Amino acid sequence: MKDLSILIAGRAGDGIDKSSLIIGEILAQLGYRIYIYRDYPSIIRGGHTFSIIRCSWNKIAAHEDIIDVLLALNQDSIDLHKSRLSGESLVIYDSSTVKSDEGIGIPIGEIIKEANALDLMRNSCIVGAMCKSIGIEKNILEKIFRENITKELDLNIKVAFLGFDRAEEFIKIEKLDQKILPIVTGNEAISRGLIKGGMKAYIAYPMTPVSGVLHYLAGVSEEFSLNVIHPENEIAVMLMAMGFSYAGTRVAVGTSGGGFCLMTEGLSFSGMAELPVVVLLGQRPGPSTGLPTYTGQTELNFALAAGQGEFTRLVVAPGDSEEAYYWSALSMKLAWKYQIPAIILCDKTLNEGTYSFDIDLAGKINGPEPLLWSKLGEYKRYQNTKNGISPLAFPSDKDAVVKINSYEHDEAGITTEDKDLTVAMQGKRLQKAGYLLRELEQYETVKVYAKKDAPTALFCWGSNKGVCVEAGEKLGLRVVQPMVFSPFPLKQFKEALKGVKKIICVENNATGQLADFVKFHGINVDDKVLKYDGRPFTLDELSQKLKKIIT
Amino acid sequence: MGNMNLAANVKNTWCPGCGNFAILNSIKAVLGALIEEGFPREKIVIVSGIGCHAKIVDYLNVNSFYSLHGRVVPVCEAIKLANPELKVIGFAGDGDTYGEGLEHLIFAAKRNIDINIIIHNNRVYGLTTGQYTPTSPLGFKGRSTPKGTKEPPINPLELMMASHASFIARGYTHGIELLKKIFKEAVMYKGFSLVDVLQVCVTFFNMYDYYNKRVYELKDHNPEDYGQAMEKIKEWDYNIDSKIPLGIFYKKGLPDDKT
Repeated sequence: MKDLSILIAGRAGDGIDKSSLIIGEILAQLGYRIYIYRDYPSIIRGGHTFSIIRCSWNKIAAHEDIIDVLLALNQDSIDLHKSRLSGESLVIYDSSTVKSDEGIGIPIGEIIKEANALDLMRNSCIVGAMCKSIGIEKNILEKIFRENITKELDLNIKVAFLGFDRAEEFIKIEKLDQKILPIVTGNEAISRGLIKGGMKAYIAYPMTPVSGVLHYLAGVSEEFSLNVIHPENEIAVMLMAMGFSYAGTRVAVGTSGGGFCLMTEGLSFSGMAELPVVVLLGQRPGPSTGLPTYTGQTELNFALAAGQGEFTRLVVAPGDSEEAYYWSALSMKLAWKYQIPAIILCDKTLNEGTYSFDIDLAGKINGPEPLLWSKLGEYKRYQNTKNGISPLAFPSDKDAVVKINSYEHDEAGITTEDKDLTVAMQGKRLQKAGYLLRELEQYETVKVYAKKDAPTALFCWGSNKGVCVEAGEKLGLRVVQPMVFSPFPLKQFKEALKGVKKIICVENNATGQLADFVKFHGINVDDKVLKYDGRPFTLDELSQKLKKIIT
Repeated sequence: MGNMNLAANVKNTWCPGCGNFAILNSIKAVLGALIEEGFPREKIVIVSGIGCHAKIVDYLNVNSFYSLHGRVVPVCEAIKLANPELKVIGFAGDGDTYGEGLEHLIFAAKRNIDINIIIHNNRVYGLTTGQYTPTSPLGFKGRSTPKGTKEPPINPLELMMASHASFIARGYTHGIELLKKIFKEAVMYKGFSLVDVLQVCVTFFNMYDYYNKRVYELKDHNPEDYGQAMEKIKEWDYNIDSKIPLGIFYKKGLPDDKT
């Protein structure tokens, strides 16, 4: 067995999310590579919520429709997911609350009573039963519980063991002889990457799907000496970021499309004032509030064009945990070297998905350092240099008067409406893009996977990378993933397309924003596979759609 | 001496007689004295919004941040949080911070971050040529309200009391000695301070005569007494033709040693 998918489902509030992480940790202990998909409604209690934990011998970043094990904590869990079962799927359900004509019923209600435990621990019980059913030993179950549960640990273990004892072994999952990797959410990978990039302040107003970054960083703020702030709204978020940046503190902000709307005046300010900031833009289906807890790739155009006026920006779209880590760190460093805003496009799938994380695969981060003032002569914040990058000084640096300005300004930062100066300063700011593009040549800004010389290419961006790579491998297609959209590395992109006869663009939006983007750069897409129901592509679903196009 | 060093070599474009000159000269005197007493000049940061008031950052040769309309306060907060050694003074207009950026002001007061916010309250939009603001009197005839406003003004100081601001004062651009005294105390205060300055716009809303007949300096007032502070703050609601008290209405806790 190279691959196993487990679906755990119940009501919101049943601890489905926590259990899915524990199942992921257990399987990771056996050497498997993990991907977890979370599906939950925008409500606190009730409603239907589920997670699919998929493990494989190889690195994965996508889930499948067909599942091998269904763990059902309520009736909906069976009724809504029946179609995902194959003839060989195993169903484990709480026979105290669920009726099913197939599978193993575990009387979880009775077990909870018997153990004097809480209803909240039903999830632990079913995880215990699952372990027995797929041949995982009690000691691994206990180890992972001890590492991941803080409240009522012993009672949770007791309940899990009782579930374990009531079940029977159906399959014996193999233990793999490969490096055990930690599992992280995309949000954790981004957070660690930002810290690696030197971030010392994170400012955000809560918004799905990036709230996880705020929570994670608030939790580790003392350990890493971070200022983590949750202010009154996203307008304040962005302007506070500008204040931190001015004071010399590396800062990032996080939001989704609606919050980003409020941030755009500050984004444009960042472009004019040349104050660096990293913006995490977690996409979800819009317009407006849309589907807050679901996924989409709806804001490529927005990220590229947001903010009044014309200014240099970095826009990147990592596709999995390693890329999220690496490009978060690098974006911070590049933002500071070029004194520009950097936008990291992510989405619910990447932000809240859980992945195995291989630091060696992520790569070493040797990004550039910012140019600091030499302390010689009169300081000018906007000194016009050959590449447009002015040396940085900060308030409290002796002998420097540091003047920032949202108006057009001269080299010293004093307001101007002079026509020649306006042209000179606009040129200064815009020319940084050319130098940044040259610097980006040393990084892998366009990635190619699967059958690298195949004449049919799949274009994908962001979180669709995982599902496209697997589908590409299965169907013998070339997969091309642009990582950087602004400034766009057209040369590298065209190299990645050498020998391509047919292009299929795969996106989670309704209009094909990547297809339009490459068309603007003179590359025509032959077919588009678009999905905009808020759910990511599953491997089976995408493969079937692609087969229809290529045959 | 400090005054001379602080003047930037930039042409001033405020109208002759503008109340902004008094604010500029007062703060220049206060900062100059501060520097002479040994406070490092490089640790002073001034922030402004957008509007006539905001040009003040161009006219003072110290670290400055010319922000956006309504966005003085979050920038000030962040600079102070990033480097607590800095002395951060924000200049903002009434349209700017009582209108566009009001939420920020309320939250900064509530957080009690050690910044000083000075409002150039001319009760009219000057730079956009004469529209009503949140503190224009009822019936104000501006270019967007030619028949007169139908809404009363807000009393920003009362709002600040409700937001737990720890230092609240009112100044006036006629009578620079009192303004200097208020600024000095506000700048030295450790905590959030707001000074609402009745700054006269000679072009669009010349209130000199009106104010001169009504203003008086607070005497025998205990600014640490919440009840007294509230009573004095409510004496004039920015609308009625009452007397207008000037000075420090409210000051929470012990004053800083240096004042």
